[in-house]
Amino acid sequence: MCLAIPAQILTLEETRAVVSIGGVTREASVMLLDSAAVGDWVLLHAGFAIEKLDPDEAEKTLALIREMADADPAR
Amino acid sequence: MPIPHVDAYRAAAPAAALIARIREAWSGPPVRIMEVCGTHTMAIARHGLRAPLAGAVKLISGPGCPVCVTPDGYIDAAVALASRAKITLATFGDMVRVPGSRGSLEQARAAGADVRIVYSPLDAVDLAAAEPDREVVFLGVGFETTAPTVAGAIVTARQRNTRNFSVLSSLRTIPGAMALLAADPAVRIDAFLCPANVSAIIGADAYRPLAERYLLPCVVGGFEPLDILSSVLMILRQKSRGEARVENEYARVATPGGNRRAQALLAEVFEPCDADWRGLGVLPASGLRIAGGYADFDAGRKLGIAVAATPVRSGCRCGDVLKGMIDPPGCPLFGAACTPATPVGPCMVSTEGACAAAFKYGSLA
Repeated sequence: MCLAIPAQILTLEETRAVVSIGGVTREASVMLLDSAAVGDWVLLHAGFAIEKLDPDEAEKTLALIREMADADPAR
Repeated sequence: MPIPHVDAYRAAAPAAALIARIREAWSGPPVRIMEVCGTHTMAIARHGLRAPLAGAVKLISGPGCPVCVTPDGYIDAAVALASRAKITLATFGDMVRVPGSRGSLEQARAAGADVRIVYSPLDAVDLAAAEPDREVVFLGVGFETTAPTVAGAIVTARQRNTRNFSVLSSLRTIPGAMALLAADPAVRIDAFLCPANVSAIIGADAYRPLAERYLLPCVVGGFEPLDILSSVLMILRQKSRGEARVENEYARVATPGGNRRAQALLAEVFEPCDADWRGLGVLPASGLRIAGGYADFDAGRKLGIAVAATPVRSGCRCGDVLKGMIDPPGCPLFGAACTPATPVGPCMVSTEGACAAAFKYGSLA
């Protein structure tokens, strides 16, 4: 039930968006977001975008994970 | 266009390296880490993350599946409502098979009740608008990830003047349940893997009181294998340094303060109430009921239906599973009287339940 999935905004009219979920499109509400724009990646849950997905933060976290994986355990 | 970075978060080589780092980071008795999110439970089982960590870490599935913590009395009230004339019950799919003390919604539907599965609470509002001679009742079940979507549907129904829509709320908030488990010496939790998408709404800072009061490391972690493994490593590094603080591994979605707009909507439409959690009992102020200003959309008040307390079914140990006191195979019904095809308790019904995950994927080492 708590399965939220990443989706990308294709079109936007007020709070009504059409989003793409791996190529499948459906309508979604962005009323829970402060701002949204076409092209944004959002986390979609039960028909609502509940938060934006930040690609820069995703890359930073990956870098951190790689650093942890490579870390010398003696440190 | 592919979802950014997802494959990178599933890479095998860093996963193997992280497992090695985890095993090196801790030499004491296994650290008992509880996850309180059904999606974490499923991801841990699907990717087989328990066995390689055994000895260093014991991953415990807590009360993070909304269906699992919904008591019989709520299902019974839903079945009673669905059986009334001119009522349509709209719900997420995983609710229909949950057995109450007098059967499930699926059985009620077979007997003629109008039960419909929707993907979004907004679909239920649309259903009400399309069928104005019926009352469409949406079953509001879930945690902070779902609650704002239900609030959004109620506000939308008011804006559109859709008056034949209402919600039977059994929505819950998770930090109170975590505090109860943290305070219970019988449960013995050493750290929390905090729920990813709940944290998108409430913010990582929401766990600070838990970390500080109970001295438990709390790491907000995403759902991919590398997310979970790196979160576990962050927890072990805190443990080995004697620290207990909140860290956020899921910064690509969750912020320290969370989604303020969603929080404001929750505060407008709902108010805290005591809530009965299956297996945990009544936890003060851990539920969300519809506030007075939106009473017209409260199915309980509008249709005069109350949720009664009901005893746990005999033999079912879902309560002990939810608290991490036993692993699913420790329940005498597991895999015998209780299977996904014939579930007795909700932890087996829901695909996110600890018992269903253990039955499907095995290996609870």
